[in-house]
This record gives sequence, C-alpha cells and structure tokens, in this order.
Amino acid sequence: MIINHPLLGPRDSSEFVYLGDASLMNRPQWKGEEADLVKTEETIKQYHDYLYLRNNPAGEHQELWYHEQGDRSWLVVTRNTTTHNISQVQMAKDVALKTLREK
Amino acid sequence: MNQNFRISSANNSPLINRDKTMSFHFNGQIFKGHPGDTLASALLANGQKLVARSFKYHRPRGIFSAGSEEPNALMCLRKGAYQEPNVRATVAELFDGLEAFSQNHLGSLKHDLMAVNDLFSNFLTAGFYYKTFMWPKAFWEKFYEPIIRSSAGLGELSGDEDPDQYDKGFLHCDVLIIGAGPAGLAAALASAQAGSRVILADEDFEMGGRINSETFHIAKMHGSDWVKSTLAQLSSMQNVRLLKRTTVLGAYDHGIYSALERKTDHLTSSGNKPRQILWRIYSKRAILSAGATERPIAFANNDRPGIMLAGAVRSYANRWDVAAGQNVSIFTNNDDGWRTASDLVAKGVQVKTVVDTREIKPIADIPGAAIEMGAQVVDTQGRHALKSIQLSNGKQIRTDCLAVSGGWNPNVQLSCHHRGRPVWQEELLAFVAGGELPPGMIVAGAANGKLDLSSALSSGHNAARSISDELGHKGKIEACAIAEGESTNNSAFWFVKDKGKTKRSWLDFQNDVTTKDVRLAQQEGFVSVEHVKRYTTLGMATDQGKTCNVSAMAVMAENLGKTIPEIGTTIFRPPYTPVSIAAYAGRSRGKSFRPARLTPSHQWAKKAGAEFVETGTWLRAQWFTKEGENHWQESVNREVTQTRNSVGICDVSTLGKIDIQGKDAGEFLNRIYCNTLATLKVNMVRYGLMLREDGIAMDDGTTARLSDNHYLMTTTTANAVSVFRHLEFCRQCLWPDLDVHFISATEQFAQYAVAGPNSRKLLQKIVDPEFDISNEAFPFMGCRNITVAGGTPARLFRISFSGELAYEIAVATRYGNSLMEALIEAGEEFDVTSYGTEALGVMRIEKGHAAGNELTGQTTALNLGMGRMVSKKKDSIGNMLSERTAMNTDDSIRLVGFIPVDRTKVLNAGSHFVSKGRSVETKNDEGWMSSVTFSPSLNHSVGIGFIKNGHNRMGEIVLACNPLQGNLLEVEIVSSHFIDPKGERLRA
Amino acid sequence: MRYSALKVIKESLTGHKGWKPVWRSPEPKKHYDIIIVGGGGHGLATAHYLSSQYGIHNIAVLEKGWIGGGNVGRNTTIIRSNYQLPENQPFYEYSMQLWEEQEKDLNYNTMVSQRGILNLFHSDPQRDAYVRRGNAMLMSGADAQLLDQNGVRELYPFLDFKNARFPIKGGLLQPRAGTVRHDAVAWGYARGADSRGVDIIQNCEVTGFQIKDGVCTGVKTTKGEIKANKVAVCVAGSSSKVMSMAGMNLPIESHVLQAFVSEGLKPFIPGVLTFGAGHFYVSQSDKGGLVFGGDLDGYNTYAQRGNLPVVEDVCEGGMAIMPAIGRAKLLRKWGGVMDMSMDGSPFIDRTSTKGLYFNGGWCYGGFKATPASGMCYAHLLATDEAHPKAKDFKLNRFLSGKMIDEKGMGAQPNLH
Repeated sequence: MIINHPLLGPRDSSEFVYLGDASLMNRPQWKGEEADLVKTEETIKQYHDYLYLRNNPAGEHQELWYHEQGDRSWLVVTRNTTTHNISQVQMAKDVALKTLREK
Repeated sequence: MNQNFRISSANNSPLINRDKTMSFHFNGQIFKGHPGDTLASALLANGQKLVARSFKYHRPRGIFSAGSEEPNALMCLRKGAYQEPNVRATVAELFDGLEAFSQNHLGSLKHDLMAVNDLFSNFLTAGFYYKTFMWPKAFWEKFYEPIIRSSAGLGELSGDEDPDQYDKGFLHCDVLIIGAGPAGLAAALASAQAGSRVILADEDFEMGGRINSETFHIAKMHGSDWVKSTLAQLSSMQNVRLLKRTTVLGAYDHGIYSALERKTDHLTSSGNKPRQILWRIYSKRAILSAGATERPIAFANNDRPGIMLAGAVRSYANRWDVAAGQNVSIFTNNDDGWRTASDLVAKGVQVKTVVDTREIKPIADIPGAAIEMGAQVVDTQGRHALKSIQLSNGKQIRTDCLAVSGGWNPNVQLSCHHRGRPVWQEELLAFVAGGELPPGMIVAGAANGKLDLSSALSSGHNAARSISDELGHKGKIEACAIAEGESTNNSAFWFVKDKGKTKRSWLDFQNDVTTKDVRLAQQEGFVSVEHVKRYTTLGMATDQGKTCNVSAMAVMAENLGKTIPEIGTTIFRPPYTPVSIAAYAGRSRGKSFRPARLTPSHQWAKKAGAEFVETGTWLRAQWFTKEGENHWQESVNREVTQTRNSVGICDVSTLGKIDIQGKDAGEFLNRIYCNTLATLKVNMVRYGLMLREDGIAMDDGTTARLSDNHYLMTTTTANAVSVFRHLEFCRQCLWPDLDVHFISATEQFAQYAVAGPNSRKLLQKIVDPEFDISNEAFPFMGCRNITVAGGTPARLFRISFSGELAYEIAVATRYGNSLMEALIEAGEEFDVTSYGTEALGVMRIEKGHAAGNELTGQTTALNLGMGRMVSKKKDSIGNMLSERTAMNTDDSIRLVGFIPVDRTKVLNAGSHFVSKGRSVETKNDEGWMSSVTFSPSLNHSVGIGFIKNGHNRMGEIVLACNPLQGNLLEVEIVSSHFIDPKGERLRA
Repeated sequence: MRYSALKVIKESLTGHKGWKPVWRSPEPKKHYDIIIVGGGGHGLATAHYLSSQYGIHNIAVLEKGWIGGGNVGRNTTIIRSNYQLPENQPFYEYSMQLWEEQEKDLNYNTMVSQRGILNLFHSDPQRDAYVRRGNAMLMSGADAQLLDQNGVRELYPFLDFKNARFPIKGGLLQPRAGTVRHDAVAWGYARGADSRGVDIIQNCEVTGFQIKDGVCTGVKTTKGEIKANKVAVCVAGSSSKVMSMAGMNLPIESHVLQAFVSEGLKPFIPGVLTFGAGHFYVSQSDKGGLVFGGDLDGYNTYAQRGNLPVVEDVCEGGMAIMPAIGRAKLLRKWGGVMDMSMDGSPFIDRTSTKGLYFNGGWCYGGFKATPASGMCYAHLLATDEAHPKAKDFKLNRFLSGKMIDEKGMGAQPNLH
C-alpha cells in the first residue's frame, strides 16, 4: 500500500507501523483524584470501552499509522477495509488539536 | 540422439540459431539443441515423447504445451545444491551442458514401478482416502501416510543450502505493461510515444508473444520482423524499460506489482551474479496484455505422450522448427485448430487427419489430410507414446501426435488478484476480466478476449491512448500497426461424452483428475466449484489449472444442468507462476537475515576476548574469557566477584536513551510513568515504571533531569523503539497541547556502568578534577554534566543495577571505545574487570531487579511488587485500568525470591510452583520461576519468580516443579533482595 | 452410510454408483431449537456435538456461501496444545484429545497426523519461556520435550546451524501435535451432524436478528425468516459484522493472515517447525506441498488478500533457518480474515441478549481448536453453563481485568 503523507508525499506502507482505530485518540479525560475514588467502576468502564471496544467496520475506517521509518508523524488514515482504498490522510496532531479546540 | 524432428525448410525460424549446436543431458542421455530452444522444444526435436509421470496414477506423460501453463513436463534441472525440482521444460531455456532429470517415478521413467497405481485407479477415485485408512488407528502415521507421502510429491530438494544469490529491487513507472505480445507491444509503443515512463515485462526470453508462433504479417512485414523493429524502436527510447524473462506475479494495492526477473537461469553457471531479481514495481497504471491460453477437449485417454495443445504444436513448428510428430492429427472445435494444420503442411509436416466436432464445411484445404467433420476422438492407444486414435465414426487412425484445440481462455489471472471475479462472455465461450479490477488496470488484447491479431493490436494501442489521456501525457502517438484479422470462430464443445462411462477422460493432467472424479464429487454433494476443487484436487497442481479449469466447469455445469457462468469460478491468487522461495527472501538470509547493531566499543570487547550474544538486533558482550578459564561459568563468577569486591565495567550503550525537552516535559513524564516524575530535582535521577493503558507493566528505567526543561529517559534495550513510538503517540495523539519534544539518543551516546566499591576511586582518576564526585557532592541518584580525560564532555549518573556503589558514564559515541580503554587502564590498580550481560544478569537477580523475564507484558506493578508506585493523584497511562478487580485480588501473583532448601541443588527458570502436598497439575499451579542464577556471592543457586500472594508467604517451602527437565525441588520463599537488602552499598 | 475400505472396494467394482451425498441440501424449516450461524469448522463441530453428545437434533447450520469455505478451508492445518496460560492450555489439550478420537467419532478420515511440532529457541530468555510453557503443558496432561541443539539437528538436519543470524539453541517439541486435512474436518463434521438430522443450509446469509425486549427469537436470512429458541453465532472473521446487526460491539479486530504453499515435493520436512526469531512456520502436506506462514499483514481488513511486504518477510524467515528450501517454488498464497481479539484468546459465551450466543475471537489459532470449540459451545448451548474447559473465555473479561494474554502484547490485536 501507499500512504500519501501530508508532508512527505506518497510513502510505502512498509515504512509505517499500524496501531489501529483512530478512536484511540479519544482517551477519556482524567476527572481528578476525588472523582475517580467515587466512580471507579464507571470510570473503568469508560476506559474499558475506549481501549477494548474499537470500531471494526467493513468499509471506511479511520486508523492510526506511525511513520517510524520516516519523520515519526502519527497519521490518521481513512482507508476502506474491503478495498484498501485510501481517501484521506491527516496529521494526527492536527486532528487532536482540532478536537481539543472543539471541546 | 539426433534432432530427427527438427524441420528444415525454405522458411526456417529466425528464432533458432542453427549456427550453434548445444548438447544437454536428459536422464543421463546426451541430446542436441540450438540457442533459442527451450528444453521442451529440444527434447521434441530429438524425438523424446515420454518425459514425465503424473502425480497420482504415475501415467506416462509427454510435453503438452509450449508455455508456462504446462501441466506434464516437469523436470529436475541441474545437480547437487543447484538442483531445482519441478521446472517446466516448456519455459526452461536451453543452455550448453544442461542436465535434466525426470521425476516422480520408482525405477526408470519408462518402467515406473509406481505405475501400478494406475491399475487401481477405480479404487483411488476422488476422496477415497477420506473413507478408508482409518483402521487400525495407529497405522495412519506409521503405514498409510508414509506410502501416500512418498508416492505423492513431485520433485526432490537436494537438502543443501541454495548456493545462489537473489536480489530485490524497486522500479517506478507510469505504465506497466504485462505481456509483450501484439497488444503489449502496441501499447508500449503508444505509451512511450505519448511520453509515459513505460515498463514492458514478458515472461518469455523472446518478446513478441504469439506473434513468434504464427506466420502473420503486421504492417506489411513478417510478424517476427515487426516485433524486431518495434523492440528496436522501444529500446532506443529513454522512457522505456524492457524486461524480458520477467514474470509479473501479483497485483497488490495501490498499483504495486511484484515481478520476477530470471537473470542467470539460462546460463550454465550464475557466475556469482544474482540468479533472480524480485522487482516491486510501483505503477500509476497497468495494462494487462498477458494473452490467452489454449484449452484442450477432454476425451477418453487424452493424456498420452503425443497429445498436445494445437497451438503448442504450431509454436513448435513455427518458432522452433520442430515437428511434434511425423504424422500429426488435429482435433478441434474451432477455426484456430485448422491453422495448426495448414502451418504444419507449410512446414512440410504430414497432417494425417483433421477432426472437427462441428457439422460444417471444412475451413481450409489441408493437402494430404483426411478431413472428418462432425466427428470426435473417442479413445486413444499407445502406452509410452500415442500410436492411434479412434473416432466417433468408428475410424481408427494411426498417428503419433494429436493436436487438440478447444478454444482459448484469456489470461485474466492478474485482473482477479483483488478478488474480482471474471465474467463469462458467451460469444467468446470464455471468461474475461470483469468485476473489480485492481485500480488503474486496463486489460487489452487476447487477455481481454481480442483473440485475433488485428483487434489485439488495436486494443493495446487504444488502452495506451486512454491511459495517456488520463495521465496528461501528450506526446504524439503514431497510428497503430495494421494486420489482417483472422477467423476465430469457435463452438461450445468441451468434452467427448463417454457412453459406457468406463473410460477416463483427464481434466487436470498433473493431479490426475478425470471427468469421472468430478461427477463422483458432485454425486456425493460436492456441488460448489470450490468443493469440487478441494475434493478432487482439480486445478491445485503446479499449473493451477491454467489449461483445465474451464473445461472442468463445463463438466460440472452439464452434470447439474446449469450453464458455465452459473457454476462460478474459483479464485485466482498470486503468484501467476511458481517462484523460488529464495527469490522472495533476497539477501535477507544467513547472517544478513537482519542487521546486526554493534556498540561503540565492540572492537575493544572483541580484543578483550568477549563472547557475543544476540540481544534483539544488538550484539552484546556476554562474558570475557580470561586465560585459564575453560567454562563460561568460571568467567562469569570471576566478573561478578571482581565487581562486587572491587570494580567492574559493563557496556550498557544498548539501553534506549530518549532526550526529552520542553516546558511541559515534566508534566508529560508524569503522565507517561505511573509514579511521579514532576517532582524530580535538577541533577537527580529517578526510577520510573511505565504502564500500558491496560495497566500492565510496559517498561522501566531511570530518568535524569538535566535542567528545568530537559530530561533524559532510559528504556530497556528491548523496548527502546516501542517506547519511543508510545511517547510519540501520547504527544501527538493524546496531548498535543503539551510543549514537549524528544529525540532518540540511543546511538548518540556510549554508556558504561562502573560498579563496585572502588568505582568512585576509579572514576576520580578520569573525571576532570574540577568535578567533585564525592559521596557528599554527588549522592546516590545524582547526575551531572562533566568532562573526562581533560575536557571530553560526559554525563555521569550515580545509579546501580548491580546493587553496588555504581555509576553510569556516557560520552559521545565516537569516544566510546577510547573511554572503555581509559577506564580499564585507570582501573588496573583496582584489579578492574569488564563484565558482560551474564554477570550483569547475575547481579541484577542477586539484587532482585526485574528485567525482561519479569516484564513479560503480562505482569502488573502489583505483581512486580511496585503496586504502591502507581500514583492515584495524577493522570497517567494505565493507572485507571490497573484498578480492575481481577488484577488486584488477594492471591495475585507477586515477585519474590526463591532458594533451594538443599543449597547444592540448581534452580531452573520456567519451573512452576505448587504447594507442598499438592499434585503437579494445572489446577494447583501457583506461579513460575522467572529468572535464576548461581550466586557467586552466596555460593548457591538463587531465583526470582512469581507466586500467588508471595509477599505474605516468606519462609514457606513450596515445590518448584520442572517435569520438562525432570526435576522437582523444594524451595523456600524469600525476599528477592539477596544482596544488601537495605541498599547500604548503593549509598556508600 | 458407513465408510470403510471394504465399502470403497465394493463401490470401485460397481462403478461408484452407491455413494450418497455426504450431507443433504434441505430447505430451511420455520423453527429450530438452535440455529448456528456460520457453516465453518466450529459451527459444524458445534452441530455435530449438539446432536451426538447432547441429544439435540432440531438444529440448522446457516452458511452464507458453501460450508468450510472460510478459515477451516484456508489455513496451515496445524494442531497443537502447547500453550502457556492455565486458562488456555487445558482447553487446547482437550481439543487435542478430541482430534485423536476424531476419525473414530466421525467415521471419516480427516488424516490427523501427529508428526510433532518443534518451536525453536535462539536465546536463553527464550529457552526460559519455553521451559515455563513446556511445564505448563505437562501439568495439563499434554506432552512436551525440551531439545538441545543436537536434538533439533537429529530431527531437522537441514536447518542452518552454522551461519544463522540468530543461532538455533534448541527447541520445545510436542510430539502429539501435527497436522490435519483441513477441508475434511468441515466435511466430516457436516456428515456427522447431517446424519443426526441437522439441516445444513448453504447459500443462506443471515441479514439480521429478530430481537425483542432483549430476547433473540430468530434470524432474518436471504431464505426468509427462521425462528429459533437459541441463536449461536460462530462466524470468525465476520464476527464484528454479524454481531453489529445485533447492536453489539466486540473486542475484536479483523485482520488478514496470509499463508503459502509450495509446489509438491518428495517428503522433506518431517513435522511442524516454527522459527523463534522471525515469523515463520512450516509443515509439509501429504501431497508434498510445503505449507507455511508467518505474521499478519497488520492492518484492519476484510479483503481476504494480503500485500507483498509480508510475503517477503515470511520467506526471509524461512530462508533464515532452512536455506535448503530456497529452490522450492511458492505456488500459491491466500489470505484469510482473522477475528483478532484484544488479548489473543477466544470467546465462547452468552451475550447480553438472551438467546444469543457468541463464539469467536479465535485469532489465527482457530483451526486446532475446532473440536473443543464445538464441544464447549455445544455444552454452553445445551446447558446454558460454560464448559469447564472454556470457562474463562468470557466476553466481559476485559472489564474484570482477567485477560488471557499468551504473548503479553496487550490490547494490540495485530501483535497477538
């Protein structure tokens, strides 16, 4: 596969390391020491869902790739899991910053 | 043998060089041939009909085709370590001195003892083995299976290492053209004229495809002249790369193709050059112009030597000047079969009969031949070579070669590598590419059903034009070469019906699958085409059913009363033709399998007698053998004793080092490590434990704070890369708002542990005098930028893995070797020793430090005895999910120490713990011994390991069970800190 | 119809007219006690054991394509019980014992061939881990032997003992492990189930579940609606797709695993061999093909095809330990979609919907588990209690923190 790196252009996917579903960027927010003591079970459930219940669609999938043999960028790649067609590639940091601003 | 079947005529083939004669061996007998020959054409020229035995019934077999679709003529080429099994003689280029051997027979090729299988063929039908060989039970592996295994298989491996070299390479192009027949050549020319970067690849050693086997004219030239001039034109263009002897194997994602170029297979010796090259071709567009493959008609006993594809018989006559027989008969259901007849006659070969299944007027006048329209071949005779055929009209005809044509199948394989299925075209009576093609691919020429020369040329040309338009390449494309269109009329006749149903008609020649097998499979409920394939092994031989699949589908369809497209196809998968495993591996084998990383003082260690050990990709000194030491244990004991008594030096440069800077660096580290890092003072070091998000220990190491916003993290050797990746994930994906940056400094610094009571004294000799490293000025867990040896910048950390007063000192990589020399020299007066990873391991176990054997990715901070380090007062990766109930039970495993009750006994890592009095079985399993060593300090074996509730069981005697190595020991649970449990030495 | 050598001889003398279909092709009934979704190895085994061990016969197996067309028809045929963790090893050993009885049980020769599996080690820590594992195997009642370099050399003299980048120091051998003719497993179970009245319905795709008030009462299919008291999903690589129709999100990712077969060769590799310092494992089939594989491609996919880098990686692994296979030719490769779970271990469990059961997450280890998976799933479906050998294969284990992580890779499915 070829991933069109937003900064470096088309790169072979063997330069990258795959992590998985981009929802791994949406780590639950720490609610502070006391909040957790009260609601540990609920919080654990949140972290559980975050870590273990990821999207696994047959179709468009947003996923994280790391350019380990390159510039060490994490990328959010939108790729179809049935055709492997890649429709979008973004810098993960940009995506994360955008999410942060919208919060 | 003489080339009695080599034809000489007024129009000898330009592709056979008769000026040169080469000799070769087949089963020890000497044969002759010419440059331009394949092994198959040369064998035929010498009149060799019998060349192989089939897989199951060991039937005598001859050459069937003239290309890579060959099911029969598989041979073993060369000898000794160069021996290559299962080479198709039809594509093996002849070279002087070639040695070929037939395969899969017991005794000689002619008198194969395994041919007895053929007599039992009624018993050995499809799937017979599923129904029998079940009794007695133990007989399968011991008796039945070995017989089946040795009679099956085909060629043999030598058992020696493949002595050849293989290479890999990358190629880039705008247009990859697969197949250099008429369509491919026309496409290449047009694409190149448009200005595209073109790669034209063809599996043959002569480009031209079928043109070389035909007598057609193109652009008013003889076909082979047109090929020659076109190739000359292409060769002269800078933007064209011609790859002959190159098979495109597979179509992968995003326009990437794999291809194999055979560089020296046609030479007597590879001469130290790479034998083959695996190309990864990156293309914007591809044109599949791989031509078509002729299919036979199935009839009773259609597998005898001498029964061949009609197109192949024509190729041997036209391209190789070889007559496949002295009196040839033709059996066809289409017009193309007739061309074989007329071309043979033109070459002076006698054509005995033309049998056409169609009730139509004869297509051509074939001088000297009997014409049988509306007739079929119903049986054949001849054990080792065809002698005669019988027709449906009762005639028996003596003939030594039967050329069979059942029509042509487009070579759609590569168009289906993305799992698209081909579609049936009724007017062609064949499957053509359809469904989802690999993006960017266009199919042209015969591969796309354009079976006549004229349409093949124009379809290749037009494909190239449309691609040039898409790519915006605007060079002037000349008009397409013009040729006559020949007749390609055909008819749907697939197999001759055997009225008695007693005779066998072969579909898959190599695997011996007959029409009867297919019918039996369907009778037993194996209806789906995939089931038939798997039950009968149809199409699973080395030719992957290239000649038989469609005919077999026709048989299936008729049995079920369905049409061929309703039957559906099996899936085409790469590679297009079989490829040496070594070619896919390239140079990554032997010592070059993976790169070897050497530490900066590797040369010093080598001179000092180090034994090296693989640690991931690093090579590290394991121990240093001194004169008089005969066993590694002696060396290791000495290294430990010298270090604990005085001072030792160990190369720890392989530890991961990550330089972390930024105003939020402290906060970042706080979130990375489960313990608090933000409170670390400048010039101090702290141990940190890093968890995965699931609460399992990921890595550990020390982090030094070099200045307010500057930290240096160390990781274990094994996890240096994955920790760095994790940090980047956290920085970019989780906390992009933090002002922190980092870079790996692993390879920028050489680092040495200097350990032992005299370590400070030793260091004081090389650390420049302006730096006070006394215990007061430079306490335990201190760190400092210093200089050594008169101004060389260095970093000094007072940390200890050994449990002794110890330091680690780091300098720039290029000074590593010198620093090591300087340290050893300075240490002479203290009887310094260098020590390797073994002694390092001994000392860390004596001290009870967890390492790789404990950080298994399955253990938590609690398990490791560091549960209290997990701070609840801050957010950090893994601190929440480490709270889960099952990870915090009273009987959770804990890391503790173990000593044998009988101190003379030796502990074994990997032993499992069972309470005394319990049986040694899974339900009583309480944990395992993770690391053991002989402790030179205590003079007995010690170990650390995990056992349920271990921290509350000090002093208890349990069983360390090691049935694998045959020992069962009573061990006492003790603290894992065998040496200096209070840590006084560290702070001395 | 009983199969035997005698029967084969009789049929061979009478034109093979007496062979009947191995399984019927019935139309679906309106209602079943149990519907099994997925006609792969596990689903068919479940049906077989339900009917033969638990006396339940009113069962349908629904298969969207043709039976045995998924991973049971597309794997490297290895069976073994050489696991390390107490939650896994007894289950796989149970499976091994069922394999050993399979031909007798099914009256079908699935060619269970116990030729041994040898896992090579190349370093001391690796040896320690294998000792731990070997002891876990022996403690579960399985067999295991630790070989030193000479022991390995005796079995596999053609390995690279002199020039390997990662020297071969020894290996962990399980003699009872081996290979099985994979397709025959599906057919044998289908035959067994069918003979006890189970309806095997091919080309019948489940398009939805009938769920009301948290209770599953049947399925919607391309052949109409079918009611059932219990619906048992068993669809491997399609797990996430199918369970999403029931509104469930699984701790599973779908990945492609490629596997490879060479051209037929005379007997060369005696058993199953795995490389400990790269990703490569190999055995030789009865037909003579070297059957080998390695790592996952590593990205989520449902495409049933892989890419080139892994092909090269696998062959590099092969050449690194046995350069004598260099001139053998790779004939065909294929890709199967694996239901990779978050800890590398499977699930056999009820779901939060009453009447809906799930079996999956087998990663690339599902083939060897086929008999025990079928038996344990049958037990769960028949009794509503987890089978004691599969009691830890729970869907909620990540919530409680009771992961079964053989490789210690954490919630990273592509590394298991």
